[in-house]
Amino acid sequence: MKEATVTTNILEMRNITKTFPGVKALQDVSIEVKRGHIHAICGENGAGKSTLMKVLSGVYPHGTYDGEILFENEPVQFRSINDSEAAGVVIIHQELALSPYLSIAENIFLGNEQQTNGWIDWNKTNLEAGKLLARVGLKDNPITKITDIGVGKQQLVEIAKALSKEVKLLILDEPTAALNDEDSAHLLDLMKHLREQGITSIIISHKLNEIKAVADEVTIIRDGKKIETLDMHADVISEERIIKGMVGRDLASRFPDHTPHIGEEMLRIENWNVYHPLDHERQVVKSANLHVRAGEIVGIAGLMGAGRTELAMSVFGHSYGYNISGKVYKQGVEVKTNTVSAAISHGLAYATEDRKRYGLNLIEDITRNISAAALETLSRFGLVDANREIVVAQGYRKDMNIKAPNVEAITGKLSGGNQQKVVLSKWMFSNPDVLILDEPTRGIDVGAKYEIYGIINQLADDGKGVIVISSELPELLGICDRIYTLAEGRITADVPRADFTAEHLMQYMTQERKDQE
Amino acid sequence: MSDTRVTEVSRGGGVRRAGNYLAGQLRQIGLFIALIVIVIFFQIATAGITLKPINVSNLIVQNSYILILAVGMVMVIIAGHIDLSVGSVVAFSGAMAGVMITQWHFPWWVAIIACLAIGALVGMWQGFWIAYFRIPAFIVTLAGMLTFRGLTQIALQNEQISPFPDEFRALGSGFLPDLGGGQSFLEPLTVIIGIVAVLLLIAQGIRGRIQRKKYAVEDEPFAWFITKLLFTSALILLVTYLLASYRGTPIVLIVLGLLVVVYAAVMKRSVFGRHIYAIGGNLNAAALSGVKTKRVTFLLFVNMGVIASLAGLVFTAQLNLANPKAGDGFELDAIAAVFIGGAAVTGGIGTVTGAIIGGLIIGILNNGMSILGVGSEYQQLIKGLVLLAAVAFDVFNKRRSGGR
Repeated sequence: MKEATVTTNILEMRNITKTFPGVKALQDVSIEVKRGHIHAICGENGAGKSTLMKVLSGVYPHGTYDGEILFENEPVQFRSINDSEAAGVVIIHQELALSPYLSIAENIFLGNEQQTNGWIDWNKTNLEAGKLLARVGLKDNPITKITDIGVGKQQLVEIAKALSKEVKLLILDEPTAALNDEDSAHLLDLMKHLREQGITSIIISHKLNEIKAVADEVTIIRDGKKIETLDMHADVISEERIIKGMVGRDLASRFPDHTPHIGEEMLRIENWNVYHPLDHERQVVKSANLHVRAGEIVGIAGLMGAGRTELAMSVFGHSYGYNISGKVYKQGVEVKTNTVSAAISHGLAYATEDRKRYGLNLIEDITRNISAAALETLSRFGLVDANREIVVAQGYRKDMNIKAPNVEAITGKLSGGNQQKVVLSKWMFSNPDVLILDEPTRGIDVGAKYEIYGIINQLADDGKGVIVISSELPELLGICDRIYTLAEGRITADVPRADFTAEHLMQYMTQERKDQE
Repeated sequence: MSDTRVTEVSRGGGVRRAGNYLAGQLRQIGLFIALIVIVIFFQIATAGITLKPINVSNLIVQNSYILILAVGMVMVIIAGHIDLSVGSVVAFSGAMAGVMITQWHFPWWVAIIACLAIGALVGMWQGFWIAYFRIPAFIVTLAGMLTFRGLTQIALQNEQISPFPDEFRALGSGFLPDLGGGQSFLEPLTVIIGIVAVLLLIAQGIRGRIQRKKYAVEDEPFAWFITKLLFTSALILLVTYLLASYRGTPIVLIVLGLLVVVYAAVMKRSVFGRHIYAIGGNLNAAALSGVKTKRVTFLLFVNMGVIASLAGLVFTAQLNLANPKAGDGFELDAIAAVFIGGAAVTGGIGTVTGAIIGGLIIGILNNGMSILGVGSEYQQLIKGLVLLAAVAFDVFNKRRSGGR
């Protein structure tokens, strides 16, 4: 069956050039997507992947770019998202576009309401939604509100919504960036499933293992130019091979070399219990014990919902949770970290997993973001020394290689990697002894990731204890000296570097569930 | 590699750098120019009445309470909140002053202090519900608008109180003593104050430049610095001249001037001010950076209560009347001033000076149109359109610069 469908191209984009004032975002890019294939597009952040997809979906209307687009062998001139959706091209953006207080069914048919005689037919809406949910493998009731389901399921709702529009070409922009391994695996299975139903997909992803798992072809874009298209079936394409295309050089290693110098214990958490802030019966963290020593990089691995972020945020100033109990020892002395300012004064720092919502003031400049957690050290009698503040920020811009014209640049306009460097600078300036870094490389391109790993190593070498929370297991395996596995709120293992294998860790990360079954 | 390239671009050519700098300041400069254009327009349209000494003096006195409110309101709005109750608090403060002075026979200065304390209590009440109980400020202050209007009417038993002692009235309509005994061509004390203000401004400007140089921090272009300094000085001296040729310095101008200087510094330089911007820009990020968001919000509303109470005292003193209907709609004038002055509805952006200029624009529109005999229906219409135009200009500007 597959051989029969491979023959035609569903989409051809020819010689696409898109210029923004002063920047050539795309230069003469041509791609061909075969019907019934999963076509991956790879490239570093800012390479032009999203721009290309915006050109395709009509976000940038016909006429604002050069080149031509053939969809099902017909030249098309999309002027808006509505045009492209009418033709069967649906794009699902990285930031989900669902209305949180409407139900799943309402969201699926938003803008395409199921009507009878001009009135919304709720029975039909929910019935049809149920059928679509079955197709994407979601068992929830269609009348459930979007806020009540997790990000992974929300992503599936987005796909169900696309299916309701009779999609022929589905574009997924970083679909698994916010998902845990389990949900990611489900999503990738779904993509393969849709492929069997004849739906063509384009996937933009940073996660090369996923691309390897599902893609039929990979197109690599670098600096607004197409580098190559690799046929994933023709020969064995390694992740390193793709990375080489993306960065234009061989990355000798994805992780910088590091020899740890481990010293005294910096932080110990004993018998830590946290309950859900809304559902007071539900225990999110269950008698957790962990410690980190000076110069040590400790990982916390767990599936989504295991309680990783909840554990970190509850320790950091009780920023999450209800009825928190347990003890925190700083260098052997018990301390209270009930408020964020107390936690900071005891030398703790927490860089959040969600930079935009919890990490940065996006409308302020680099300077004011860097000084935010330690403004007192820059001030006398309650007045801030603005000059010293700028000097500090300039220092970090240089040391951390933050790419911005100056320290007055607004953080909302920086790339993900540079935003993360600003967040790290902020916490480094607060001069902590222990840093908890929650998903430090989420949504960051390969080159910047390498830099962030280097910074993490440097922090450890400066004698700080570093705790890294990540949903990317290879990352933890690459940089940590020791890894705790967390499963359903319980620490299931404390694995030293010598025993690091993905299989081993995954076993502990899923342990609780197996015990229960 | 690309890092060095970026740096080179930003250092490329002094003229372009100056151009970039001015572009960055466009909002503030534009607002200032708008104010001047409006003044010139009315100066011509009213055949010179607008800038007559008596009119300038009246303009300051009659707009003082809105400007005072705008100082507090801009801080509230930067933090992402709103205060709809200030009009009622103005009335309540005036009513309590009336009751204290005429019925309880408090000395005027005790009454003033007591009223400011009542303002603080009002702010604590509202701040408590907003900061610690997490009820949106819109709701709490809407309730406050009703409750404090009600309390005003209860305190006054729905009647007006008048007159007030002269010492109290001076707060609203008094002038600093005339050192020239009413004989001199220019009132000497006003001239002294004006010159001292200019000297302080110049000293502060030079001190700032020296310090920035010491830290090797990039400064605004020198030509621009001089232009700005000369212009501001000239403006202060012009106002000084106009005031000195009438009755001298209104006491309320001193009050207002101190408020502006202090709060501009608070918002620009103090940790507290920075925390207000941080809360308005991203509440979650501020909380996770160790900002005591609840306490800052609480104090913000206490501050607003005191400022609203001060505005109430000034207003009552000016009218020589405590009236149950006083301050009706003041909250809207103050909010309009803040938004014309460039604050963002979503919080995190705004300045005290912007709010003052916004308030002056409204004040001059009111004044000029009244002189021209424009009916109040058209005045409302025009003010509404000016507010819309100012915010539309902001949005346009943001879009053009590629903001989100």
